[in-house]
Amino acid sequence: MKVELQNLTKIFPSRNKKSGEEVIAVNNFTFTIPDGQLVGLLGPSGCGKSTTLYMISGLQQPTGGKIFFGDEDVTELSPENRGIGLVFQNYALYPHMTVKQNIMFPLQNLKGEDKMTKDQMIERAYEAAKLVQIDELMDRKPSELSGGQQQRVAIARALVKMPRVLLLDEPLSNLDARLRLQTREEIRRIQRETGITTVFVTHDQEEAMSISDIIVVMKLGVVQQIGKPQEVYDDPTNLFVAKFLGTPPINVFDGEVKGGKLYIGESAIIDVPGVDDRKVIVGVRPEGFIPDANGALTCKLNNVEVMGRDVSVVSANSASLNPVVRSIIDADYKINKNAEYVSFSLKAHKVFLFDAETEERIRFEVK
Amino acid sequence: MAEKKQNIFVWFVEIFCKQWIWKGFFVNLVYKKFDKWKAWIYLAPTLVLLAIFTIWPIFNTVKMAFTVYWDPEAPIYEYDENGEIVYDDDTGKLAIDGYGMYKGYSIILDIAGETDFEFGFNNFKEILNYDGFFRIMQNTIILCVATVPISTFLALLIAVCLNAIKPLRRFLQTIFFMPYVTNSIAIGMVFAAMFNIVGVNEHNLDLSKSLGIINNILGVFGVDPVNWINQGSGYWANIAVMIIYIVWNALPFKILILLGGLQSVNKQYYEAAKIDSTPPWRVFTRITVPLLSPMITYVVITGFIGGFKEYTSIVGIFGETMQPPGAEIGTPRLQTMVGYIYDKLGDSEGIASAAAILLFILIFAVTLVNLRVSKKNTHY
Amino acid sequence: MSESKIVTMKEKDMKKVASAQKVMGVLGKVFLYLFLCVMALIVVFPFYWMIISSLKTVPEYEQAIPTLFPETIVWSNYSEAIKTANLYNLFKNTVIVGVVSTILSLVITVITAFVFARLEFKGRDALFALLLATMMIPGELFTITNYVTVTEWGWVGAGVTPFEGYAVLIVPFLVSVFYIYLLRQNFMQIPNELYLAAKVDGTKDLKYLWKVMIPLALPTLISITILKMMGAWNSYVWPRLVTTKEYHLITNGLRTAFQDANTGNANIPQQMAAVTLVSIPLFLVFIFLRKYIMKGVSRSGIKG
Repeated sequence: MKVELQNLTKIFPSRNKKSGEEVIAVNNFTFTIPDGQLVGLLGPSGCGKSTTLYMISGLQQPTGGKIFFGDEDVTELSPENRGIGLVFQNYALYPHMTVKQNIMFPLQNLKGEDKMTKDQMIERAYEAAKLVQIDELMDRKPSELSGGQQQRVAIARALVKMPRVLLLDEPLSNLDARLRLQTREEIRRIQRETGITTVFVTHDQEEAMSISDIIVVMKLGVVQQIGKPQEVYDDPTNLFVAKFLGTPPINVFDGEVKGGKLYIGESAIIDVPGVDDRKVIVGVRPEGFIPDANGALTCKLNNVEVMGRDVSVVSANSASLNPVVRSIIDADYKINKNAEYVSFSLKAHKVFLFDAETEERIRFEVK
Repeated sequence: MAEKKQNIFVWFVEIFCKQWIWKGFFVNLVYKKFDKWKAWIYLAPTLVLLAIFTIWPIFNTVKMAFTVYWDPEAPIYEYDENGEIVYDDDTGKLAIDGYGMYKGYSIILDIAGETDFEFGFNNFKEILNYDGFFRIMQNTIILCVATVPISTFLALLIAVCLNAIKPLRRFLQTIFFMPYVTNSIAIGMVFAAMFNIVGVNEHNLDLSKSLGIINNILGVFGVDPVNWINQGSGYWANIAVMIIYIVWNALPFKILILLGGLQSVNKQYYEAAKIDSTPPWRVFTRITVPLLSPMITYVVITGFIGGFKEYTSIVGIFGETMQPPGAEIGTPRLQTMVGYIYDKLGDSEGIASAAAILLFILIFAVTLVNLRVSKKNTHY
Repeated sequence: MSESKIVTMKEKDMKKVASAQKVMGVLGKVFLYLFLCVMALIVVFPFYWMIISSLKTVPEYEQAIPTLFPETIVWSNYSEAIKTANLYNLFKNTVIVGVVSTILSLVITVITAFVFARLEFKGRDALFALLLATMMIPGELFTITNYVTVTEWGWVGAGVTPFEGYAVLIVPFLVSVFYIYLLRQNFMQIPNELYLAAKVDGTKDLKYLWKVMIPLALPTLISITILKMMGAWNSYVWPRLVTTKEYHLITNGLRTAFQDANTGNANIPQQMAAVTLVSIPLFLVFIFLRKYIMKGVSRSGIKG
């Protein structure tokens, strides 16, 4: 089931009645989620990603715009008629019911021709439980489960009625680091197996990048960029997206373009053909640095952190907008830890230019 | 000028209070001793009052309940095989079978030092053998069994409805809380006035002057007038009025507690249920009621305790006679346990004490049963 | 759940569902409000009836079909009621008992709660548990012995001094374990560091209590004050037991004053006027201090 959002807008009236300022939570969001894809809505808190999810679920009504499931306009439809599954951030498992009762609950609401016998329901509940590997825990109460297990029960409950769209609100935020890794693989696997169009919300870019087919980066209610994770990472449309994606984060410098060459500080770093002379902000991915004694970018060496396959070089440059410049370098390059300075040349396709005012991307041709 | 004077005054007081000599005296000599005992000194008034009016009564009431005396001159009346009292054919007075019986403790005799008291169960026996005891229990049980479920269910329904609306909620909530802040005797009198028939003719109500507002309202719906509380009214009519009044009185507290409970329930359970297309009735029975079960248990238990202690609401409607005018002599028709205790108090403190202990045991037992039942039905 | 089994939900006629859902929504709301308004009317009706009846003449009140609004408004019912029931004296007694008992009991409650919340001494927890245990026992059990006690002290009966007459209504109820418990819980929530800091600064206990704890626990104290006042206003059984007519409280005089001893008939408009007078202070408290009452009640569950 493809999900189509057309000019979706949500405006919350101001809480402070006197000032009368409205909050635009989601602004003119248009996007079609292809059938069977896993889409991550990504952004810092307050960017409107959860509001978007709740509008798809029907729990919140959009101020403007339309939502289509397939070809049906569901904008006016209340959540119970949309046929969706929703996993809440804190799972919202009914505390007085066992796991089995929780999973069966949605099935007991089916009416008319969809109505099931008790045996059918139990069978379906066990199928869903097996899918998320909790069929051993069916008679426990939610309070007797760990966070990860509760999460699986919540997913099973959302899946059991075979929803047209599965929605997950910050599915991993209540789990500890190890479980998070494991569970995100799990979500990916379940989504693949069921093929249900899935939308999930997260503020963690790593999480979104690792499992999504498509990510949507949002900021203050406005969509910044939509695309496959790698494409967005390799080709950000603006400084915000570049900064938001990637660990360690992108290195940012003040720079200037003069005569088709990019200057950071006094030295010309790379050729940027086709860019007018102007002040720019330069983003360099940590993996874009190559240690080179003759390299144009010279930094004061602070520290070298050995990480096995790679080394992380922490250095400082007066033009850097971050406190330190962090670069990831193949361990084959030998860096003298005691040296005072280190010089790099840069991989041109890992260097992005942004307008100093608008922070929009300035593209140049990579030779 | 006046300000200056004040300032000087304040200054003097400060010096007076803060002087090191002053401090030295008290801090070193008195305060250190005081520090050690201060908790007990602060507590002294509370503990004295508690000892006299709370702790001592527990022991003394138990003691009085088991204290009896032998009254050799007390007449024993004759009963026939049906348990009816027998009258002497010659004198027309009650026939006397013999003399001498155990009687309950009485403070007046005790102060006068008139009798030797002894330990015995006679007070309890007397209550259980008392021919009005069945009526008391019957009233209590009927009132409890009828009012607790009705008021709990109604309160739950109102609370759920209030929780579901937004405009007017605060206003309606205030209205529903109003009966709480009332005087149960005073409002009992209002209910009595509403059910009252003016110039009642107990054989033909149509000959009465005014049937009262309730009968008139019921008349609109085609219900025949009922003699609710006046002379000649029936037991069940009386009980119905009591049930209506007690439920009306019990609603605000229950609504308050249940609405508070509802508002503390995580909204996401309802959103989850909505997503799963749960019909409203199932949301109510499968989610709201189970999640509210601790509060429901609480209002049911307090409701039962209140039911067992029902007294002033009956006085409010029927007056201190606790029955409609012209009803039978002997045990008042709507007598309750508490009414009985106070009736006996001037007569024999021993019997009143025994009745109070019985009341305590009953309340305790009912509470235990309630907790047991609710534990079975509460799933977390 | 293999892939083949995944079928998306049946597609329904969206427009039909959407409009049905709208109708149901509106219908549900209408039904909801209707139910609540009917219930609210039932709840309010006795108050309405009380007030309008108090303004009717006796003949109008006794009409076969009662009027829903008085044809002629008679204020004299009120002055007559005050005279007949000797309301002035009843009000005076009730106010004296209410005010004195509330003030004294607040002092005792605050100090006791403070001791149990802050001071360390041997047997504190055991003593507090004992206090709480007494809450289980129904009041009637205490009443009997208390009645005996005050009788022995000579506080009951004709010819008692005004001090004894009022003391018998006040003293036995000065300590309320429940209010102590409520306030102690409130005090416990105030971080202990504040007390220790005050001690380091050399602040005395009572000053600390006055300057820090009481302001922080003010809402609870207001709740306790109101509930205690209402308790005095509504108490019926104990004053009836221990007082002669001179020291009766408001509820004692009310029930019988308007009844004709022989016929059992009553002048109901006058009676309703008296009832209204008794209820007015409660209404005022309710209107202005509702928040505190509701807060106190939801934590306590006891009336008065």
